[in-house]
Amino acid sequence: MSMPLRVSKDVGWRLFVRTVAARAYPRLVGQQREPAGAFLDVFLPLLGLSAYVFVYRAIDAPEAFVGFVILGGAMTAFWLNVLWSMSNQLFWEKETGNLALYIMAPNSLMAILLGMAIGGLVSTTLRAAAIIGLGTWLFGVRFSVSDPALLFAVFALTLTALYGMGMMFASVFLLLGREAWHVIGLAQEPVYLLSGMYFPIKSLNVWVATGASLIPLTLGLDAIRQIAFASGPATGFISARVECLALAVLSVVFLVLARLMLGYMERLAIAEGKLTESRG
Amino acid sequence: MSDNLAVDAEHLGRVYKLRAKKTQAKTLVALEDVNLCVPRGELFGLLGPNGAGKTTLIKILTTLLAPTTGSARVAGFDVTREPHAVRPRINMVSGGEASGYGLLTVRENLWMFAQFYGLGSAEANRRILELLDVVKMRDRLHTKSSQLSTGLRQKMNIVRGFLTDPDVLFLDEPTLGLDVGASRDVRAFVRRWVDEDRSRTVLLTTHYMVEADELCDRVAIINGGKVLACDTPSALKRRLQRQPIFHLETTPLNGQVNVFTAIPGVQKVTHKEADGRSTLELILDQEQVISAVIAEMERRQIGLVTLAKREPTLEDVFVNLVGRSMEEVEHVNAPASQ
Repeated sequence: MSMPLRVSKDVGWRLFVRTVAARAYPRLVGQQREPAGAFLDVFLPLLGLSAYVFVYRAIDAPEAFVGFVILGGAMTAFWLNVLWSMSNQLFWEKETGNLALYIMAPNSLMAILLGMAIGGLVSTTLRAAAIIGLGTWLFGVRFSVSDPALLFAVFALTLTALYGMGMMFASVFLLLGREAWHVIGLAQEPVYLLSGMYFPIKSLNVWVATGASLIPLTLGLDAIRQIAFASGPATGFISARVECLALAVLSVVFLVLARLMLGYMERLAIAEGKLTESRG
Repeated sequence: MSDNLAVDAEHLGRVYKLRAKKTQAKTLVALEDVNLCVPRGELFGLLGPNGAGKTTLIKILTTLLAPTTGSARVAGFDVTREPHAVRPRINMVSGGEASGYGLLTVRENLWMFAQFYGLGSAEANRRILELLDVVKMRDRLHTKSSQLSTGLRQKMNIVRGFLTDPDVLFLDEPTLGLDVGASRDVRAFVRRWVDEDRSRTVLLTTHYMVEADELCDRVAIINGGKVLACDTPSALKRRLQRQPIFHLETTPLNGQVNVFTAIPGVQKVTHKEADGRSTLELILDQEQVISAVIAEMERRQIGLVTLAKREPTLEDVFVNLVGRSMEEVEHVNAPASQ
């Protein structure tokens, strides 16, 4: 017979929800407590975007391309958040000793990752909205939303699939040491190209574009452009509705894979002694 | 397997595979055939130098590391097969840990960790205030943890460990980084916490002899991944009572320590040089051997400054078991662990 629990504690889904909320909390308050960082997170990307805007205007590209750039810049914030604050987050948690406490607690590690994702998603959405607002005001971008409900669905599914992918990567990174930093660096730049962050993905070879569609940003950006700009459909890769459906499938696939891989990697990390310190 | 055991380890072993530069994979035996039984309500100490295997054992018992051999049960559940049943019943605090988030206040960090155990917010906040009172840092409730000194941060970690009122609490060098006064307060609180409810159990690792001696009901001495002895501190020391221990301060020995070990009847010698003097601890077969020691010192013109017979300590027990002081073992282990 085992000892009964001494203090009343939630279990099951209540514990899951408590864990998600508690782990999201540092990300939500962190932004408010570092206003200088939040300002730089908006201001610096705008500088980078301005370069693309001036290039497009210098070559007399269609004005909608300016809007594509601003939209791409806003979505870049999510990609960077997924890479640096989701994928390799468990590496940093390991270094500070938090990971051991997460694993040792009765909660699910999936709830921890979900909390990180929701916290990151909400704070990044505020940043992305600021980039779109300021970019639109500075460069006079004109939006023409054809289907608001579809736009919302595509945006929500893009972020679900993207953060699902981040959670899946996080479980893989559980086993990595300092090399995690380099792997993230390698993943960052190619995605700017493959996802068509600042140009229509249709411009790439059809096979490259199809392969790149495994990255949720690719389909998401393409669909949002088609729905949010008058000339968007002409530059679209495939129909926005099909892309929305594909994003729904990717969301489920990434979340299920994240769940399975996290369990496997946690067991492997416990067996190999990699949960509490970096070896090598 | 008794129901009354908080921790029950049988033939526990852990081997780490180390990265080899080229072909041969190297291994490190961190723990070897460890058998431990800790009844509920006991404050149990694991005493050993850095690198002895204490932390490895704690990691296995807290479900963070799989044993290579053997098995262990904590709070009645197998740590390998039933980790989800073990986890709600345990907590752990490590010395010098930097857990939590610097942007959050002390209260927010502690609240966050309480949530991971399913504690209601009201209950968590009530317990946070109670425990901060105990460690005398209620005035830091709204201080960001990044602004805390090392000692205050460690106090916050200690509060985190007690916050969920675990059945079995693992304290891995809990007073590391604390000043003398704070260490004393923490030790007193740990003792009181176990005494006020005998279904609570603490397994504490330390390399401070005084901590193990003053605080623990029983102590296991561990070195090289093996448990060398396990008993109450007084019983461990009684083993040496038939062997007199002398503390000597002399003029500098200039490398002549071996002359003492060569004297018949001298069992163990530990030696330190400081402030232009040599300090020796001698464990003898019988009291009369001290005459031969003094005679040898006279013959070699080594000046005797002080001489005292004293009661055995856990340090002496360690020296008797290992053949070296804990400090010497740590010194020898240091290059290999880097």
